[in-house]
Amino acid sequence: MTSLLVIIVLVLLAIALWQLTKIFDLTQVGSTTDDSQIASDNDNNIQGYILFGFLAFIYIFTIYGLLKWGNLALHTPASEHGLLVDNLMNITWVLIFTVQVITQGLLYWFSFKNRGHKDRKALFFADSNKLEAIWSIIPSVVLACLILYGLYAWNNIMFVDKDEDVIEIELYAQQFKWTARYAGADNTLGKANVRLIEGVNTLGVDMSDKNSEDDIVVSELHIPKGKKVHFKMRSQDVLHSAYFPHFRAQMNCVPGMVTEFAFVPTYTTAEYRELPFMVEKVAKINKLRAEKSVELVAKGGTALDPYTFDYLLLCNKICGASHYNMQMKVVVDTPEDYKKWLSEKTTLAQDIKAAAAAEKPAEGAAPTGDSTAKKVEDTVKAVVDTVKAAVAKVAMK
Amino acid sequence: MSAEAHDHDHGHDHEHEHHHKDTFITKYIFSIDHKMIAKQYLITGIVMGVIGIAMSLLFRMQLAWPEESFKIFNVLLGDKFAPDGVMANDIYLALVTIHGTIMVFFVLTAGLSGTFSNLLIPLQIGARDMASGFMNMISYWLFFLSAVVMLCSLFVEAGPASAGWTIYPPLSALPQAIPGSGTGMTLWLVSMAIFIASSLMGSLNYIVTVLNLRTKGMSMTRLPLTIWTFFVTAIIGVISFPVLLSAALLLIFDRSFGTSFFLSDIYIAGEVLHYQGGSPVLFEHLFWFLGHPEVYIVILPAMGLVSEIMATNSRKPIFGYRAMIMSVLAIAFLSTIVWGHHMFISGMNPFLGSVFTFTTLLIAIPSAVKAFNWITTLWKGNLQFNPAMLFSIGMVSTFITGGLTGIILGDSTLDINVHDTYFVIAHFHLVMGISALYGMFAGIYHWFPKMYGRMLNKNLGYIHFWITAVCAYGVFFPMHFIGLAGLPRRYYTNTNFPLFDDLQNVNVLITTFALVGGAFQLVFLYNFFVSIFYGKKAVQNPWRSTTLEWTTPVEHIHGNWPGEIPHVYRWPYDYSNPNHDVDFVPQNVPMKEGEQVLHH
Repeated sequence: MTSLLVIIVLVLLAIALWQLTKIFDLTQVGSTTDDSQIASDNDNNIQGYILFGFLAFIYIFTIYGLLKWGNLALHTPASEHGLLVDNLMNITWVLIFTVQVITQGLLYWFSFKNRGHKDRKALFFADSNKLEAIWSIIPSVVLACLILYGLYAWNNIMFVDKDEDVIEIELYAQQFKWTARYAGADNTLGKANVRLIEGVNTLGVDMSDKNSEDDIVVSELHIPKGKKVHFKMRSQDVLHSAYFPHFRAQMNCVPGMVTEFAFVPTYTTAEYRELPFMVEKVAKINKLRAEKSVELVAKGGTALDPYTFDYLLLCNKICGASHYNMQMKVVVDTPEDYKKWLSEKTTLAQDIKAAAAAEKPAEGAAPTGDSTAKKVEDTVKAVVDTVKAAVAKVAMK
Repeated sequence: MSAEAHDHDHGHDHEHEHHHKDTFITKYIFSIDHKMIAKQYLITGIVMGVIGIAMSLLFRMQLAWPEESFKIFNVLLGDKFAPDGVMANDIYLALVTIHGTIMVFFVLTAGLSGTFSNLLIPLQIGARDMASGFMNMISYWLFFLSAVVMLCSLFVEAGPASAGWTIYPPLSALPQAIPGSGTGMTLWLVSMAIFIASSLMGSLNYIVTVLNLRTKGMSMTRLPLTIWTFFVTAIIGVISFPVLLSAALLLIFDRSFGTSFFLSDIYIAGEVLHYQGGSPVLFEHLFWFLGHPEVYIVILPAMGLVSEIMATNSRKPIFGYRAMIMSVLAIAFLSTIVWGHHMFISGMNPFLGSVFTFTTLLIAIPSAVKAFNWITTLWKGNLQFNPAMLFSIGMVSTFITGGLTGIILGDSTLDINVHDTYFVIAHFHLVMGISALYGMFAGIYHWFPKMYGRMLNKNLGYIHFWITAVCAYGVFFPMHFIGLAGLPRRYYTNTNFPLFDDLQNVNVLITTFALVGGAFQLVFLYNFFVSIFYGKKAVQNPWRSTTLEWTTPVEHIHGNWPGEIPHVYRWPYDYSNPNHDVDFVPQNVPMKEGEQVLHH
């Protein structure tokens, strides 16, 4: 409501300003000439000074922004390649700021310096091959360096060496949740296709594939520090994007294909929480949350939980109405803790067996009033299902 | 064709007489006069612009004060999408989608390029009208129809298209995935198909007109830079828009006839769909094959207008006329081979990513040349700070600020972490949104006297510019920071992530700037519509400009010049030529005896 009032006030302010210019126009009634709407020397002077002021505004706003919001940006990367990315980013920033300060400075300084006057005559300066050459060649050289560094980094990050010792994990995206599948002892993920989705097997893992037998499906991602994790990504319905901001990692999940991204985590969750910048950030967030809680409680709501940092996997490709809430907690463990955590999980094969066992007694109790018609129906259904499964398998191949 | 132009000369008196018998309908509605069509494009563009900007203000309010109740939401969005004045999450995505679509296609493509190409091409090259006035009329009315269809889609039951303006399938193909992908999406696709037909007719007309109907003496190297940019823009449009049309058609096939061009292996709402073998990545390629050139379709005309206005108001030739033409051509060429930089992490082969990084960063070179040439044009000039000139300087400023961050986004390595965050929003709004909008405003302030025979109020123009300039930076500069914090775009709210709690104050600031900036566009609307009827009467050549459009009478006549079409003897930038006493020499003034050409 208050913001509505703010809008109304702004509109009224706008109206007031129109009226002001009206008055301004009226004061010039005596000198109504045809060129009254063309900038006069007086206008040039005033606007020239404002332009110069605007340059100051840009500079001050930039400095203010860097001081006030600079610490919002993602800090220390939590992955090995993240250092490379951040390094390239910092170099690029230095370049961008230098060019920005110089070009904006020249633009507004020339505007101010050369503001028009009726006695002034502009210099006829149509072209200069030397100048054109300078500002074609300098950007070319600088960009060539950036491109080379960028491509070096890109190739390092994106191409996973086949022989490398990596942990394979599947990231499975669906509207609006993430699931992970670990390859188990054989470190090879079993085949999968959405056509095989059935009951507990929500990822459509092909259980007839030998490699699937020891696969483990979980809803919280744990990865060990210092080991390369090779993610294979799938999507069940629409495009999603697996975005790990702290690890400087992102890759789309595309239905019908498997995409991949690999990185080496370098801080466990516990270690990352202890980094000074993170302690400060969390304290700041908790202060904001405490203030908000007071407000909420006053309105009769419940207070917000205090925040502790966790790595997150976000969805970063519009995927439906609840896109804004598609996330998974990511935990980086020490290798020992990781092994322990994984060993406590049951395999998918075990899950399926358990589910089947749980279903059986229920089935036995059900068929009391069954007729021949129902039996026929069941048989037909079973046949159709078998055919469907067979078709799906062929299609998958 | 030039013979035909001469025929027009002879037949002119007859035509003039005929013109007076125009009925209201043939003069104001189904007009084939390029000047009237330009005005139709402009007014339609402005109306769409008001809708598009209003939508952005609504979702900005949701972002600053998430899930808070505003009566205005309920009034505008209805009980279904804003019960109790709280914006629903699916309508948020719809607003984002339609805002993008309207601003990119209906305002900055048709509204900007359509208006000024139509107005200026015949007037500045010395032609009586477009090569085909009839096709020009069809082009406008198809545009109008597509706008109507797009607006109709806002009123379908399940809501308008809401898969983002890039309409990536499968989200855009499956109504099960998001309600907006039902009828809303169908109408979106139909609207775009009509729009593309309109755009192609317009572009073909512009190309043919520029090539064939130039007046005597108007060689290609005497064309004003406006015409060069419109010409090149039209060529890019003809090359790339058909690809979007094919993408839209294939998507219609997938949606309605069960084909699998873009879809494969989908399990949704508890069942497996039959699609097999298609790829969403293919759609991304087709979409961005237009989508990237599209941003140049948007910005090049703005660059042309700004070049022209800067030269006129600096009372100086544009610096490096030929370099400006070369850079436009280079940008146009490169624009068709960089689309993959939108897809670095789409799952396409990383090697392709390397190629696109290379081509993308190359674009910075011609762009830098343009920026430096504009700055040098100001150097030692005699700058006349009319509102059009201020918007031109503002355009160069935002183009630089926004363009520089392109070096980050165009680099595949850096794109990994800022892709689809608010950093992208900040970048493209500054470099092609605000810049193109400034170019459009500059064009309107500069050529308003040519369109309506009256002047816009300059003081309102100053207020409009300064508030807009501060607010544009106020909105998009802080956005870089929340992008660098890793906040994804197209999130209805980020309250589900305590991690992003410290960004909320910045969001409030951004929205405040957006609301103020949006409100002050009313100053422009007031100035525009009131000045059409009550503005000060314009003189023939108010800005003392050299180009041919200012040699036509203030009152519009069909055929543009009452007598013969003027001949052209010099380039369009003879400002402050030392051989002459006046500080501008129009293109139709013959060279003095022994006068040397002082430029390359």
